[in-house]
Amino acid sequence: MTRNRRETLSSEARSLGRDAWERLCRNQMARIGGVLFILITLACLVGPIIIPHSYETTNLEYGAQAPNTAHWFGTDDLGRDVLVRTLIGGRISIGVGFAATAVALFIGVTYGMLAGYTGGRTEGIMMRFVDTLYALPFTIIVILLTVLMGRSILLIFLAIGAVEWLTMARIVRGQTRALRNLHFVDAARVNGVPKSRILMRHILPNLIGPVIVYTTLTIPSVILLESIISFLGLGVQPPMSSWGTLIHSGSLKIDVYPWQLIFPAIFFSLTIFALNFIGDGLRDALDPRGEN
Amino acid sequence: MLSHFVRRLLQAIPTLWLIATLTFLLLRTAPGGPFDDEKPVPPEVKAQIEAHYGLDLPIYQQYFNFLGNTLRGEFGPSYKYTGWEVEEIIGQSFPVSLELGGLALIIALSLGIPIGVLAAIYHGKASETALMGTAMIGICLPTFVLGPLLLLVFSSGLGWFNPLGWSVASDRFLPALTLGLFYGAYIARLTRSGMLDTIQHDYIRTARAKGLKERFVVMRHGLRSALYPVVAYLGPAVAGLISGSFIVETIFFIPGLGMFFVNSAFNRDYTLVMGTVLFYAVLIILFNLLVDLIQMWMNPRTRHD
Amino acid sequence: MSSCRLAALLLALCALCGCEPRKTNVERGNEARELYFGIGTEPAGLDPHLITGLTELHVTLALYEGLATFNTETMEVIPAVAKSWSISEDGCFYTFNFDPNARWSNGDPVTPQDFIYSFERILSPALGAPYAYMLYDMKNADRFHKGELSDFSEVGVSSPDERTLVIELAQPTPYFLSLLTHYTWWPVHPPTIEKHGGMTARISEWTKPKNFVGNGPFKLEEWRINSSIYADRNPFFRDPDSVWLNGVHFLPIQVHAEERAFRAGHLHLTSTVLPHRVNWYQDNMPERMRFDTALGVYYYMFNTSREPLNDPRVRKALAYSIDREAITEHVLKAGQKPAYHFTPPNTGGSYNAEARLIYDPELARQLLAEAGYPGGESFPTFEILYNTSDAHRSIAVAIQQMWKEELGINVTLYNQEWKAYLSTREAGNFDILRAAWFGDYDDPNTFLSLGETDNGNNHTNWSNEDFDQLVEAATLATGNEARFEIFQRAEALLLEEMPVMPIYFYVTSLLIDPSVEGWHANILDYHLYQSVRLRSE
Repeated sequence: MTRNRRETLSSEARSLGRDAWERLCRNQMARIGGVLFILITLACLVGPIIIPHSYETTNLEYGAQAPNTAHWFGTDDLGRDVLVRTLIGGRISIGVGFAATAVALFIGVTYGMLAGYTGGRTEGIMMRFVDTLYALPFTIIVILLTVLMGRSILLIFLAIGAVEWLTMARIVRGQTRALRNLHFVDAARVNGVPKSRILMRHILPNLIGPVIVYTTLTIPSVILLESIISFLGLGVQPPMSSWGTLIHSGSLKIDVYPWQLIFPAIFFSLTIFALNFIGDGLRDALDPRGEN
Repeated sequence: MLSHFVRRLLQAIPTLWLIATLTFLLLRTAPGGPFDDEKPVPPEVKAQIEAHYGLDLPIYQQYFNFLGNTLRGEFGPSYKYTGWEVEEIIGQSFPVSLELGGLALIIALSLGIPIGVLAAIYHGKASETALMGTAMIGICLPTFVLGPLLLLVFSSGLGWFNPLGWSVASDRFLPALTLGLFYGAYIARLTRSGMLDTIQHDYIRTARAKGLKERFVVMRHGLRSALYPVVAYLGPAVAGLISGSFIVETIFFIPGLGMFFVNSAFNRDYTLVMGTVLFYAVLIILFNLLVDLIQMWMNPRTRHD
Repeated sequence: MSSCRLAALLLALCALCGCEPRKTNVERGNEARELYFGIGTEPAGLDPHLITGLTELHVTLALYEGLATFNTETMEVIPAVAKSWSISEDGCFYTFNFDPNARWSNGDPVTPQDFIYSFERILSPALGAPYAYMLYDMKNADRFHKGELSDFSEVGVSSPDERTLVIELAQPTPYFLSLLTHYTWWPVHPPTIEKHGGMTARISEWTKPKNFVGNGPFKLEEWRINSSIYADRNPFFRDPDSVWLNGVHFLPIQVHAEERAFRAGHLHLTSTVLPHRVNWYQDNMPERMRFDTALGVYYYMFNTSREPLNDPRVRKALAYSIDREAITEHVLKAGQKPAYHFTPPNTGGSYNAEARLIYDPELARQLLAEAGYPGGESFPTFEILYNTSDAHRSIAVAIQQMWKEELGINVTLYNQEWKAYLSTREAGNFDILRAAWFGDYDDPNTFLSLGETDNGNNHTNWSNEDFDQLVEAATLATGNEARFEIFQRAEALLLEEMPVMPIYFYVTSLLIDPSVEGWHANILDYHLYQSVRLRSE
């Protein structure tokens, strides 16, 4: 196999897609991850409908109770069922996690690839702009957004996406620089292949490894960042919950009401594990050099 | 190489100017001012207070004064902490954050890279899953969970460490571990992926075919380019690490710089925000430059621009 | 096997590093007579003329002393720098005789001139002292502070000789002596102030340990920002024998970590107790948790210019349908009292509002129906705005549920960080707003004047001429009985109109180590370190 193998295959995108899918399905860990993720998502979607408790109804007298037969995950300080709140929170967190990561992924990869491939002065300016955004005070930006744009949940994606793409861009740009001068890219350039085609066909496939890994790392950090943004008044408002806010408030009561931390944290961790297994599997399946 | 270095240093000047200007604008548009409080002070008193800090001047003049002071390396007095200069606050807090961040970085690298490399070597085996599962702890348990958890076990439970503080050597361990596991997890995953990418490269296969010991092959040929994305990640990560972590500092009561990044923004402490932002900006620029230099050294091809 | 060896190795390492149980701060402090006090946040400064908060009060009480102070147990005003005083018959002239032993921490005597300098400093418009109005009872102080008068000698303070200070009041003020305990009335050391920028310099290094000169029982020895403040015994203090402690450590530990520090024996005192900790302490060490009454009320403000909150029946319906007891008992837990009126009980010694609002969901539903929203039907959705905090959120969520269940109306919650919240409040851009008020001084006036039309803290847009006249009349009336009688009428009117909805009265909650003696409960959270003893077992 040569490195150019990727090129011959890419012209048969459909067969490659099926090929990759088959490889993914053969990967046991990816299968486990996939099933787990589907189960969690289903639980979050269906659970709150089936369970006879509401995420918002308080029972002040009942207060924080350890897990019992009525409340399998216990209750929070206001007597609300932790199970339902965890599942409801999952809807928000998985939604925000994916949407904001998609934003970050799209901006980061496009920006990094363009900067890394173009090189020279343009690259310098583009990367200095990234440095600038790194340094700006995120808290102030979020506070400003709350005032300027109101309370839409879409804004959370915007705000989170706006910070999370930076490192992605730097990684992609570094990889692209390294790839830019490799023989097969040179060859394509000499043969007059247009830039967009080179980027899509030659560079992008070779970025898959680090991009997938960093994407699976971005999702958990986005889910947790959401709790900080809610704190600043931009995110979900009570009585709605999210994994980030549940885990955060649970961590403060870890030695008094451990169940308020443990159950949301388990859901969060399982999701992250599942996504990482899927990510690893995807990476192996899509790797242009992967062994069959 | 040297000319590139000098050019990049020169580029830092407009970058810093842009950061300073944007931050200035952001701060002045943000709602609420530094001297707003639960019980509002009478307007005439507030005007007097603002006059002390030159906030009564037209906004463009404030901007030029600020630029001038910054060029002279003076950020001025903190608005919130009366009696303290911004330089003084950074000067007292940064060494603490540097020490904590440095220790955490050592932990992160010495856990992350070996785990990542081993996981790649054992790719597809059960030991890979075990290794990466361990690394995932740092991601699944964010610092604000891991910190209290470590304290619960090792301080309240076993009594090995102080519950908080920064006075004796052993006080460094838990906070550095909390931060280190988080960054270590990222490094492990990026290393593993980088290793897998390069392990399958032809030259490694050739080297392996020649009968060299596998471990040697991996080290010699693989690691260098495998660490490429790790190094890219480390630039901003190191800048973030040594400029302090608000969460870890509050949990362990550590007098670092992270606290001021967050609180200065909440307090609308204009000078302190500016000081910390520009300080962080210099670190970011410096480490990203360092990263680019290291990447050039790692992959000589990228040198021709 | 190998894990056993590893554990043994770890233990050995620990022994080498000195991981064996060390002495706690409390043990160390009890031996060295040093108090470890958790103050929650880094103080915003230590200049008595510029500070505003409770944290700052707690630290500065170790460092300065005014003419008079409180007996913190009985809240009687007792001598401090002034060892005695006399009041003229018309109640307008106060003559203070100075304690000859009163000295600054550098050995200089504390003179009446120092006080005159200090009063001039805090009243100078150019300094921008936020609480300068606390001196307004002194004759012409307000005019000087507002810049209408530039000659300070016309302000009612003078010194006939080196041991005497005379203060002239604009009008007789029965509570004047208790004002003197407030930090705005404390002295600063003139040569030190002059050396570090001058009288009206706000940006000054004089409060740094190397420059600091004070006249309190302790002097500032060390100040590491965000880490610790240490006040060491002041050898020149006027009454050195009364001071038992050798020093006080102030530790600005964030509240969640503070409790952990206390449990591990690293603090004698904490700044607060968090609600979720209360049950644990009640079960395990109730003697270490204390709730002291405080002079503050927690309430919601209605924006009375917005539909449907412009209808007093709606406001009353909202206020009557809240189970305050459930909130204080199950959400706040730390001994707070449900508020059925606005002014805290026993304000000014004996003022207790007779008018009361009630918890009566049935009546509330009826009022709502009268206002045109039977069963909450077609009631527009409105919003509760609060500044981000766990406690405010819990209360808002509880109230949101109560309104939903009792009245059938939907409210949304919205939180903003502190400064944004202040700015929204200032702009009047809210429906219902969380608010709190702590009395500046122990008198109903500080609470009821909030309802006046032109009060800077009345953000409700509620304006009532009768109410304004009553509050005005009360300030002019003489004698507490007459004044309180007028305040009763004002309070009744306030509850009838309900522009604000009281929820609970604050307490000062704290954790206190059993070794601490002399930390007396009082309504102003005012504590003298002179009276503190540490009893070690």
